[in-house]
Amino acid sequence: MLASSSGEIAPAGNHSASATSAEAFPSIKGGREEVGRPLAEVAKSLRRHIIAMTAKAGSGHPGGSLSAVEVVTALWFKVLRHRPTDPQWVERDRFILSKGHAAPTLYAALAESGYFPVEELLTLRQLGSRLQGHTDRTATPGVEMSAGSLGQGLSFGIGTALAARLNSQSYRVYVLLGDGECDEGQVWEAAMAASHFKVDNLVAIIDYNRQQIDGWSWQVMNLVPLEQKWSSFGWHVIQVDGHDFDQILAAFEQAKQVKGKPTLIIAHTVKGKGVSFMENNLEFHGKAPTPEEAQRALEELA
Amino acid sequence: MPQEMSTREAYGQTLVELGRENQDIVVLDADLSRSTRTSLFAQEFPQRFFNCGIAEQNMMGIAAGLAASGKIAFASTFAIFATARCFDQLRMSIAQPHLNVKIVATHSGITVGEDGFSHHAIEDLALACSLPGFTVIAPADAIETTQVVRVAAATYGPFYIRLSRPKTSVIYNSAYQFVLGKAATLRAGTDATIVTAGIMVAKAVEAAASLSQKGIDCRVLSMPTIRPLDEQAIIQAATETGAIVTAEEHLEHGGLGSRVAHVVAQYQPVPMAFVAIKNTYAKSGKPEELLERYGLTAANIEQAVHSTVLRKR
Repeated sequence: MLASSSGEIAPAGNHSASATSAEAFPSIKGGREEVGRPLAEVAKSLRRHIIAMTAKAGSGHPGGSLSAVEVVTALWFKVLRHRPTDPQWVERDRFILSKGHAAPTLYAALAESGYFPVEELLTLRQLGSRLQGHTDRTATPGVEMSAGSLGQGLSFGIGTALAARLNSQSYRVYVLLGDGECDEGQVWEAAMAASHFKVDNLVAIIDYNRQQIDGWSWQVMNLVPLEQKWSSFGWHVIQVDGHDFDQILAAFEQAKQVKGKPTLIIAHTVKGKGVSFMENNLEFHGKAPTPEEAQRALEELA
Repeated sequence: MPQEMSTREAYGQTLVELGRENQDIVVLDADLSRSTRTSLFAQEFPQRFFNCGIAEQNMMGIAAGLAASGKIAFASTFAIFATARCFDQLRMSIAQPHLNVKIVATHSGITVGEDGFSHHAIEDLALACSLPGFTVIAPADAIETTQVVRVAAATYGPFYIRLSRPKTSVIYNSAYQFVLGKAATLRAGTDATIVTAGIMVAKAVEAAASLSQKGIDCRVLSMPTIRPLDEQAIIQAATETGAIVTAEEHLEHGGLGSRVAHVVAQYQPVPMAFVAIKNTYAKSGKPEELLERYGLTAANIEQAVHSTVLRKR
């Protein structure tokens, strides 16, 4: 099923479904000491929230939300300097979710961080809720930017990073994109501009789950060679297993040392990660689990 | 102030003054800085100027990011690229999050001239006015432009300011005071009212002078703020003069005329006529030739007032 002729297949983690492993990408190694709540535990909570929220809402995008869980967990629970009681703190690191359909992952991380009560997660997509179907800067504390129409978050991130330079502020800016999102031309306008303006306080992460609505991303619109595309645009590129906290955290650490250019982390992930029948199952890109499916998923994530 | 000056030149000079007064002013352009005159700001404040290359969508996003971080971001390019090219960016990244971005678009309308339809922004007011939360302004001359740009810098929220390429007559003197959201009565009158903005203001004044020779006493309302509209001035004009003609360098649908009609139809229905471009794209030509070809002259306004007055009850 996975066309090895694409030349850049790097499945991550233990796959079910049809994904077979191919040559390994040159990933980085990192060791760390676990302080506070173990990240794997937080990640499992986020996954449970994503299932419960989308099932309750009866709509949403669980597949691309689940693939981004480890990256989002690492950022909000280890990397970002932020204050849940003061979402507008001027020195906060900025996290911009450009793939706005993964809103459930961000909402779950914000709730678990204390931005709003965890119970509120179950209001997702309901009239009157602060948790809109796609992210809304004006609705939710901790959400930096409205998104949902793809391809716009990186440009916003550049502006945010440039402002830090002008103001002599030390915050860093993290933008999470999808791989399908990289079909959008504006992403490449921004990729060019970020290196042109030498914004080294900007880190982009691609949740490379290799699937988009109409199929495998190399079949719908081939992005390969993704790493070379970004490095030729002037970015420092790091590839990681997007479900391996050691690698993810080491990459964020490495990015802080890179001067004079922006950093891209290609996080090789599995769509639907963590729920056996959702992994690499395109059906769950934009469909919520039924109550029965949600029950099965939550049992797996117990 | 010279007798003639382009509104874009006034913009460029005002930006430099603003840059000296306020460190938070930043300016973005998309490889047209010599034409939009943001090059004047770039020369003096290179650190606060960002040339984004020929990538308007990205420019709007960067402007949004700067604005969300406390900057007052002026983003400039030609009007057609500032609106039609990146409408979704205006919507997603600026309008909905309600960010402090000032889009100052030059080379609007058909007076761009010889470059032809690809460069003629005749839909831009319709697009900009459709965005919730946007303030939309079309200044009439260089003096008004200077004041409008200053008001925009001092007023939080997204703005679309529509400027022109050619040198145009300076119609105001230094005593003029632009007030956001308010019409200016340039000529009193009781038989009919011309509501206008941008380069058509000067032509409306000319038409009204000619009409008065023929016994028609015509009010002229300059309506620089197209959104939010000065509804009271329109209702008063409809009530007191009983006929309204709008004049704009834009398509007939979706611009100033449509917005004025919306008010008239709701509150004080009176006969109306619309001097505007009729459902077509214009060709290449000299600005004045095009204005004549597409019906945007003082004579066209005069004719429209005549026929509208005849329809009064």
